[in-house]
Amino acid sequence: MTSAATNNALTMSMEGPSPAMQVGKDLARRGVIITPAMVVLGALGWGAGGAWSVAYGLSIVIANFLLASWSLAWAARISLALMAGMAMFGFLLRLGLITVAVLVVRNASWVELVPLGLTLIVTHLGLLFWEMRFVSASLAFPGLKPKPGKDASHVSSPTISETKEHQ
Amino acid sequence: MSVLAQIAQEASDLQNIEAAGGAGMAYGLAAIGPGIGIGYLVGQAVQAMARQPESAGQVQTTMFLGIAFTEALALIGFVVFILLKFV
Repeated sequence: MTSAATNNALTMSMEGPSPAMQVGKDLARRGVIITPAMVVLGALGWGAGGAWSVAYGLSIVIANFLLASWSLAWAARISLALMAGMAMFGFLLRLGLITVAVLVVRNASWVELVPLGLTLIVTHLGLLFWEMRFVSASLAFPGLKPKPGKDASHVSSPTISETKEHQ
Repeated sequence: MSVLAQIAQEASDLQNIEAAGGAGMAYGLAAIGPGIGIGYLVGQAVQAMARQPESAGQVQTTMFLGIAFTEALALIGFVVFILLKFV
């Protein structure tokens, strides 16, 4: 084992800009970009109810990404162990919030459940694939990385530090 | 006649309860797999960050995307539950 391998993950925290927050903001930005096209598709398929449902579904997906990234970034600044716990319980919490957000409006006159459900799945996966292509491109081709200042996503690197002395 | 109506009503209630229980169970089962996946993923990511702190940024980026992809499975289960239950 190397000396780095003896680091205690329970007492380590991340400092500097959080990559999770950058990815989350990037996903939200892309989500806003595709919103008009998705709303038009919803309106074409299901009318006004479809448009509202698609917009509502997109706002749920974007809020979910932002909440996930913010919670991970916040927890990682305290300790990596808390980040692991936040990832686990944050998943359950956000799933519960999504459930509540859909169940609350399911009987509303402007809601169509089919486009709402389709939007939740399609935009969640679509935005992730879009972001993944960008991230893999910037990891595989460093020359294509966005320049700091224009779009600094994935460029900055955080540092790991010990939050306590080793016993 | 009223006895028959009561039996039919009870059978209908039982069917509704079974359908709700089935949909709820499907939703719960759909959340278990991603839960295990996220736990494993994050555990390995934290270990990787502890072993190689200099690559923590890349690891966290990949971890976040992995969590979101895994979460999509639970979302699919949720949407199927909603569509089966309410449409």
